[in-house]
Amino acid sequence: MAAPAVGSGGAALTGRSLQRQLQRSNRLRRLQAAALVAPLLLYLLLFFLWPIAGMLWRSIDNPELRQVMPQTASLIQGWEGQDLPDEAVLASFAAELRQSYQDKTLAVAAKRLAYESPGFRSLMFAAARALPETPEGSWRATLTGLDPKWGEPLTWAIIQRAAAPWTPIYLLAAIDHRLDANGGIVAAPADQAIYLGIFLRTFWIALVVTVLCLLLGYPVAYQLAALPPRQSNLLLILVLLPFWTSLLVRTAAWVVLLQREGVINDLLIKLGLIGEPLQLVYNRFGVYVAMTHILLPFMILPLYSVMRGLPPHYMRAAASLGAGPVRAFWRVYLPQTVPGIGAGCLLVFILAIGYYITPALIGGANDQMVSYFVAFFTNQTINWGMASALGAVLLLATLLLFALYARLVGIDRLKLG
Amino acid sequence: MANEAYVRFVDVQKTYDGESLVVRKLNLEVARSEFLTLLGPSGSGKTTALMMLAGFETVTEGQIILDGRPINNVPPHKRDIGVVFQNYALFPHMTVAENLAFPLEMRKIPRAEIETRVKRALDMVQLAEFGQRRPAQLSGGQQQRVAVARALVFEPKLVLMDEPLGALDRQLREQMQYEVKHIHDRLGVTVVYVTHDQSEALTMSDRVAVMHQGRIQQIATPQELYERPDNAFVAKFIGENNRLFGTVRAVDGQSCTVAVDGGEVQALAVNVAGVGSASSLSLRPERVLINPPPGSCANIFDAAVEELIYHGDHTRTRVRTCGCDDFIIKVPNATGRLQLAAGERIRIGWQIEDCRALDMP
Ligand SMILES: Nc1ncnc2c1ncn2[C@@H]1O[C@H](COP(=O)(O)OP(=O)(O)OP(=O)(O)O)[C@@H](O)[C@H]1O
Ligand SMILES: [Mg+2]
Repeated sequence: MAAPAVGSGGAALTGRSLQRQLQRSNRLRRLQAAALVAPLLLYLLLFFLWPIAGMLWRSIDNPELRQVMPQTASLIQGWEGQDLPDEAVLASFAAELRQSYQDKTLAVAAKRLAYESPGFRSLMFAAARALPETPEGSWRATLTGLDPKWGEPLTWAIIQRAAAPWTPIYLLAAIDHRLDANGGIVAAPADQAIYLGIFLRTFWIALVVTVLCLLLGYPVAYQLAALPPRQSNLLLILVLLPFWTSLLVRTAAWVVLLQREGVINDLLIKLGLIGEPLQLVYNRFGVYVAMTHILLPFMILPLYSVMRGLPPHYMRAAASLGAGPVRAFWRVYLPQTVPGIGAGCLLVFILAIGYYITPALIGGANDQMVSYFVAFFTNQTINWGMASALGAVLLLATLLLFALYARLVGIDRLKLG
Repeated sequence: MANEAYVRFVDVQKTYDGESLVVRKLNLEVARSEFLTLLGPSGSGKTTALMMLAGFETVTEGQIILDGRPINNVPPHKRDIGVVFQNYALFPHMTVAENLAFPLEMRKIPRAEIETRVKRALDMVQLAEFGQRRPAQLSGGQQQRVAVARALVFEPKLVLMDEPLGALDRQLREQMQYEVKHIHDRLGVTVVYVTHDQSEALTMSDRVAVMHQGRIQQIATPQELYERPDNAFVAKFIGENNRLFGTVRAVDGQSCTVAVDGGEVQALAVNVAGVGSASSLSLRPERVLINPPPGSCANIFDAAVEELIYHGDHTRTRVRTCGCDDFIIKVPNATGRLQLAAGERIRIGWQIEDCRALDMP
């Protein structure tokens, strides 16, 4: 029972008990650290990582047929693709078709199959309505009798594909591709190939907004950093003022300002600069203006924080070495603000590619960004697969850009404020 | 020297806030190849004077003339003056070699020549292997050397240094003092140096200008400054100094008689207003003799030993005399010296030439 107590004397304190004490005290510290970050970690897991994982899963998930026709879905996976599936598969299909028609769940399966081939909706419903309870001869003959399509292996190949546990069609559609009849990947027909264009447009708008923010924000941040702290703090509050109102209000305010009878057009007409009101809103111009305004603080803040930390003696040193103001700026000042430029651009760009409300309210039909279509698929057509796939591609593209940035600028040089 | 002055400050004044003058009526001449140091306590306007010369601060009034040309309106990058800043100001995003190449690139010097000159500059400060390092990868002393090399690599005629050794520890500072001095001797460049470390000023400079409250109090060679201070401030600021306060009783040409607590002192009349005015007497601790033979000194007084502080090569002896109880005497620890003890009563004395009657501080 003689436990080696903590203070049992120098001689008794052997190497092993020292080790144990160290471990115990370290364990306590680790537990404390874990306890401090646990709430946030849990929160992030629950409300951030889990939804993202869910989104990624849903972009390849393929649940409809397996829910509506579970038995057929599992049986048809055994079919080799030769001729038609076995009679047993067809029997199960016929039973589940009729059953789901009665349960009013057929629409789910039909909609899913229509993603693969538009004709499937009417094919399924027609068959469900006309199908007898028992086969006339074989189910094969009965089904083929209803519609010759049921006699084509292609029809069953599509059902087999739609009944698989997962599907690439949403991700393919998000990059303007689809599976052809034989399961090969082909480009989508021109009238459906819109998403690459939308991604391109999204990145382009984000790029333009980022560049505008940088061009407008850099001089402001420079001036702020050059002022004495009292004044710069006051001005910084002005920079942050937009954050005091909601995004929606600011966007609506831009509509008021920019519309045909808006303040800006009125002013220009009164000044005699234009005769007719300009179209400033519901087009790309309005989107650029409003998004730049809203995202500007995210550029100014990291820039300001980097610039504030730059001591003025570097510029003095440059001048003493013979560099005029312009060359001193390019060679000495600008390179040292790269971490701020990187952080600001990254922040603005990543925020911009996810923008929804502002382009939706201020943009025209050709100014909508990816988020608009994500919302469209979630709210209007309830196509979670497509919404998730667009989100997943956007996430992937963003991560790629981030990796590129990390390579070019270096992640350790990022300074967010 | 006046007609060959390389740098001239003519009645230069400077105010930052429009209320108080930070530099007042500054008149200063620096000869070609001279090493001149501005020495003064914190806030005395040394950096301000230097920055006006470099062109980073405007001159409120007066003129600065460089090589016969007024430069008040010449922007800093056209002055061709090398500057070493206190915190070095090496560009952190460039390597050492790029830092050194920078002033040469600004002067559009051909690539090949830049390379040889950078290499030569690195050799000069013994950093030949460090060209590809970033400033952050160098020690303080090495950074300092790079800063000196960068200020010299474009061969300016004038180099300004604002407390360049302030951030280094004592040993390194002393070593760097020699290096900077040797570079100055070798290149024959004119240097205006700022420091508040008097030993640095005395060991390195050809002349030292002591500044106080925006004015030059005295400008002289180190030896003259130490041995013949013009006023009470300089006497107190440079080296150790005993001060006795009294009233001038008589002035007799070069010398004067000053009544102090406990007697009358014969001193050199350096800076006294006249009979009846107050004066501070300045006396270096090493010029005071202990128990001098009677008649050997003009001034001999009783003193009581208060404290003995052993310094290795000498013993600082604090005594009370003439109403002053922190009168210091430096007693060299030579063989056969007197062994004093606290509380002992002794006599002390000094010569007229060693005691200067100055103004009141
Ligand atoms: N940019 C400025 N704006 C206002 N006042 C200043 C400025 N720079 C210096 N001063 C004031 O001018 C006076 C002289 O400053 P200066 O920097 O020239 O002193 P210094 O002799 O270099 O002192 P130190 O040894 O501490 O460096 C100080 O009172 C200081 O407060
Ligand atoms: Mg200074």
